[in-house]
Amino acid sequence: MQTRRDFLKAGSAAGALAAASYAAPARAQSVGRVVVVGGGYGGATAARYLRLWSEGRIEVTLVEREPAFVSCPLSALVVGGSKRIEDITVGYEGLARLGVKVIRGEATEVDAEKKTVVLQSGQKLPYDRLVLSPGIDFIPGEVAGLDDPKAFDTVPHAWHAGPQTVLLRRQLEAMKDGGVYVITIPLAPYRCSPAPYERVCQVAWYFQKRKPKSKIIVLDANEEIQAEKALFQAVWNGPYKGMIEYRPSNDVKEVDVATRTTVTDLGDKQQADVLNVIPPQRAGAIAGKAGVISVNQRWCQVDWLTLESVVRPGIHVLGDSAFPASVMPKSGHMANQHAKTAAAAIIELMSGRAPNPAPMMSNTCYSFVDDKRVIHVTSTHAYDAAEKTMKAVPGSGGTSATASELEGRYGFAWARNIWADMLG
Amino acid sequence: MRLFVTGLALCVGAHAALAQAQAQDANLARNLAAACFSCHGTDGHAQSGMASLAGRPQAEIMRIIGEFRSGARSGEQGTLMPQLVKGYTDAQMALIADYFSRQKPVQGAP
Ligand code: HEC
Repeated sequence: MQTRRDFLKAGSAAGALAAASYAAPARAQSVGRVVVVGGGYGGATAARYLRLWSEGRIEVTLVEREPAFVSCPLSALVVGGSKRIEDITVGYEGLARLGVKVIRGEATEVDAEKKTVVLQSGQKLPYDRLVLSPGIDFIPGEVAGLDDPKAFDTVPHAWHAGPQTVLLRRQLEAMKDGGVYVITIPLAPYRCSPAPYERVCQVAWYFQKRKPKSKIIVLDANEEIQAEKALFQAVWNGPYKGMIEYRPSNDVKEVDVATRTTVTDLGDKQQADVLNVIPPQRAGAIAGKAGVISVNQRWCQVDWLTLESVVRPGIHVLGDSAFPASVMPKSGHMANQHAKTAAAAIIELMSGRAPNPAPMMSNTCYSFVDDKRVIHVTSTHAYDAAEKTMKAVPGSGGTSATASELEGRYGFAWARNIWADMLG
Repeated sequence: MRLFVTGLALCVGAHAALAQAQAQDANLARNLAAACFSCHGTDGHAQSGMASLAGRPQAEIMRIIGEFRSGARSGEQGTLMPQLVKGYTDAQMALIADYFSRQKPVQGAP
C-alpha cells in the first residue's frame, strides 16, 4: 500500500523548484490588504494567487479554523479504507512561506462599513477587500433531531472532511457483518453532486471485501442520481450487484439519533446500524453574518467577472457558498477556478485597472468507484457578456466512457497537482 | 513571468471579443492558462502523474491540442482532454500555449 509520504512526496522536487522561483520580493510596495476567510479549495487558492500574481504587493491574511487542510475530494477513499486521513491532509506551511499570514481561528463577525473581520478571539482584522470561502453549513431545522451538533457524534454527516470522515470510517469498521448502512442525500444543490454516489461505491467496496452480508440503503431526496447516472448505475449493477438498494424521492425530514432511524416526508421509517445523514446545505455561516446571502436565504450571488457579491461591494464569495451559474457544480475544482478569477480581478481592481472581461472556468470531478478505478465528469464554462453569467460551452465537456485504472492514476495525480496549486 | 502584448501577433483570425479582452486585460493569457494549472501545475510545473507544460514550444502544444480536437488522440491517449479542449477556441488555446511556452521548463521534463 502506498504510504502518505509516497503519495504526497511524488513530485516534491518540482514543488521545491516552483517554490524557489515564486519567492516573493521581501519588501514589495503594498497596494493593500486582503483577508481571506476559509482555507479550502477556494480560499487557499485565492490566498496563494493573490500573493503570486501581485508579486507580493498584496498583504494576505488567511483565517482558517482547522490546523491543516483536509480534502473532501478523495475523502471517500478514507471512508472505504484504502487511504488514511493523513493521506488527504496538507499543511498551510507553503502559504506561510509565500508570505500569507495564516491565522488559526474562527471569523465570527464582518463589519462591512468599517471593513473589518472580527475573530472569536476578539482579534480584529482590517481589510481593503474581503474574500469569503466558507464552504457550506447545514440549514438548521431542516432535519428534526439534528439541531444539536452532538447528534453528529452518533450520526455522522462526514460532509466536512476531517474528524467526521474518521468517525464514519470507525463506525463502518465496528459494524457487524450483516449490518445496514444508510446514507441520506438532500435535494440538490448540495456540495459536490457525484460525491454521495462515490461514497456508496466506497462503502460497497469495503463491504464486499470484509462484510459481504451487509447492505447499503440510499435514501435520495432527488428523483434520480444527480451526476454520472449511467456510470454509477453500471457499477452498482455490475461489481456491487445486489448490495445497494437505491430509493429515489425519499426526503428524510427526521432522525431519531438514539435508534439511528430516519423518517421521510411520507412517514417511511428506516433503521440503520451505521447512519450517515447528509443534511440540506447553504453558504457558510459567516456569509450570513457578512450580509452576502442573497438567493433563497441560502447562497450568495456574485458578479462572475470578479466573484464580488452583488449586494456588498468589496466582499468576494468563492466556492460552494456562491450561487452557481447554470450547470456549474459545487466542487473543490470549481472553487479553485473561482479563486483564480477572483484573485486576478482583485489585483487589477486594487491597481486601478479593469478585470478580465472574458473569464473561463473548467471543472472536473474524479470519482473513485473502488480503490483504483475512477470515472470523471468535466465541463468548461465561459462568461456570457450579454447575460452576465457563466455558461457551459456548447459541445464541450462530458464523462468517462467507463471506469478505469488509468483514470484512477489521473485522479490521484489531479489531487497532488491541485493541492500543490492551492497550498504550494 | 508576465506575458506582453506580443501574444497579439498569435491572434490572427482570433475572435474580435478575444482581441478586445486582450486589449483590456494584459494578463489574459495567464488568466486563461490558470484553468489548466489545477491539473498541470502552477505555470505548467506539474507534480508527478500529469504532463508538465512549462517551456514546451507553442507549436508542439497546439499540435497536441489539435490531435485532441480531431480525435487523433482519444481513448487511452485522451480520456478527458478531448472533452476539455472543445470548450476553448483555437485563438484562446494559442494564447494559453504561448503562455506555457514562456515558462521555465521543469528540470528533467520533456
Ligand atoms: C482535470 C485535469 C486537467 C485539466 C484541467 C487540464 N488537463 Fe491537460 N491533461 C489531462 C490529462 C488526464 C491528460 C492526458 C490525456 C488524457 O487522458 O486526456 C492531459 C494531457 C494534456 C496534454 C498532452 C501532454 C503530453 O505531453 O502528452 C496537453 C498539451 C494538455 N493536457 C494541455 C492542457 C491545457 C492547455 C489545459 C487548459 C486549457 C489542460 N490541459 C487542462 C488533465 C487535465
